[in-house]
Amino acid sequence: MERDPAKRIVITGLGLTSPNGNTLAEYRQNLLAGQAGVQRIPMRYMGEVNAGVCDYDPMKYQRRKEVRNGTRAGSVAIYCSQEAIANAQISWESVNKARVGVYIGTTEHGNVETENEVYNISQFEYDTKYWTHHHNPRTVANNPAGEVTMNMGIHGPHYTIGAACAAGNAGLVQGAQMLLLGECDMALAGGVSESIHTFGIFAGFKSQGALAEHEDPNKASRPFDKSRNGIVVSEGGAVYVLERLSDALDRGAPIIAELAGWCINSDATDAVLPNPERQAQCMVEAIRRANMVASDVHLVSTHATATPQGDIQEAKAIIEVFGSCPNTYINNTKSFIGHAMGAAGALELAGNIPSLDDLTVHPTINVDELDPECAIPNLVINEGKTVQRVDTILNNSFGMLGINSALIVKRFVD
Amino acid sequence: MTKDDVKQIVLDIIAEIAPDEDLSDIKSEVRLRDQLDLDSMDFLDIVMELRKQHGIEVPEDDYPELASLDSCANYLQPKFEAKASA
Repeated sequence: MERDPAKRIVITGLGLTSPNGNTLAEYRQNLLAGQAGVQRIPMRYMGEVNAGVCDYDPMKYQRRKEVRNGTRAGSVAIYCSQEAIANAQISWESVNKARVGVYIGTTEHGNVETENEVYNISQFEYDTKYWTHHHNPRTVANNPAGEVTMNMGIHGPHYTIGAACAAGNAGLVQGAQMLLLGECDMALAGGVSESIHTFGIFAGFKSQGALAEHEDPNKASRPFDKSRNGIVVSEGGAVYVLERLSDALDRGAPIIAELAGWCINSDATDAVLPNPERQAQCMVEAIRRANMVASDVHLVSTHATATPQGDIQEAKAIIEVFGSCPNTYINNTKSFIGHAMGAAGALELAGNIPSLDDLTVHPTINVDELDPECAIPNLVINEGKTVQRVDTILNNSFGMLGINSALIVKRFVD
Repeated sequence: MTKDDVKQIVLDIIAEIAPDEDLSDIKSEVRLRDQLDLDSMDFLDIVMELRKQHGIEVPEDDYPELASLDSCANYLQPKFEAKASA
């Protein structure tokens, strides 16, 4: 186990917005109460669709002009980053802004603005002189992270990490790595999603036969249930303040948890179909790098998106790694909030972190009839479960083009 | 269309693109940039909204004509009138 505090990375702040909560406390309360947050929204060209929508107040940290000229992903990233700094009990004025890095994971960026502008010029016979000059600053891939730096006066490095739906984990990994390399002294790291504002994401999943349908929006996202029929797309974000333990201790920071290990690997098999063998390898490698064995992990937050095949594949991978670990419990957050895409990994981890203190595993809801092919031992279904120990959480996030990520956090012990 | 009408059109556009600004005491003869937090992208927004909402084109060489409400009115009034009589 790494003992050098300059080589240990800790979480010292957390800010989020989710379809069922705009603070960790509110989000956690709803996860324990079984309260989902999915609704029907109108979608251009498609009629109504199920979606997870956030209702945070952008005006809390932005001027109206910033909201108008910026992107939804940028706004979400700003809200989460500002909330994270507030949560970290930092005197922001005294922070050297040149030593703060911003690393935001995204599944995609630019679709929203491009679709909006194509629609806009369609109202003007496709004359491109009506195409907005805001298009390029809005669609550059670093936009959400860049908006954070402009809003908060941060002068250190910033960029986004494109990692499909593994992006939330990938943002956290990137932040940790940059701290270990000495590229920054404080990292704002996590993931964001604005995907509910692009019809293309919905239409693409629908064409793929992977868009969830249910008469009750809050029952549409149902991982591991026999009648699951696809994904509910959501927006949201979660940004963490990461610091080297040595710096966190020096400033007397509240330490929420420690990053214990991680792994990102690639299936190299199919653009959309998952590969349970590689998923299992990813989890095993993350556990190895954390100097743990599988039974040291007490909670596994699954990626499962409620597609018929994907859930079975992840269940296989988890059973392979944790099938003989009687004290490892399994849950899923997408059943509450849908799939928050680039934010998913960071948001799902956030909702589970309080388990380190309250020893309660929030359930996966909407399992009316468990699919026998998804019957993972210790899957916590429909009701939360208080357990003996939660010292360690492993957070799975997988994405298209065969990207897998597993991130392990543990309770901080000096 | 009077010059005051033109000024009001420009003010309405500014209210849209710079929603945080207080427009209640704008001085017509003073440069807009000296009274409001407007950048070059905002002036491009004014040009775009004149085009979209009113069919008025402002060539790039003429952008300095949009410096103040007075200069906007002087420059744009003939364009609005030409548009109205077209």
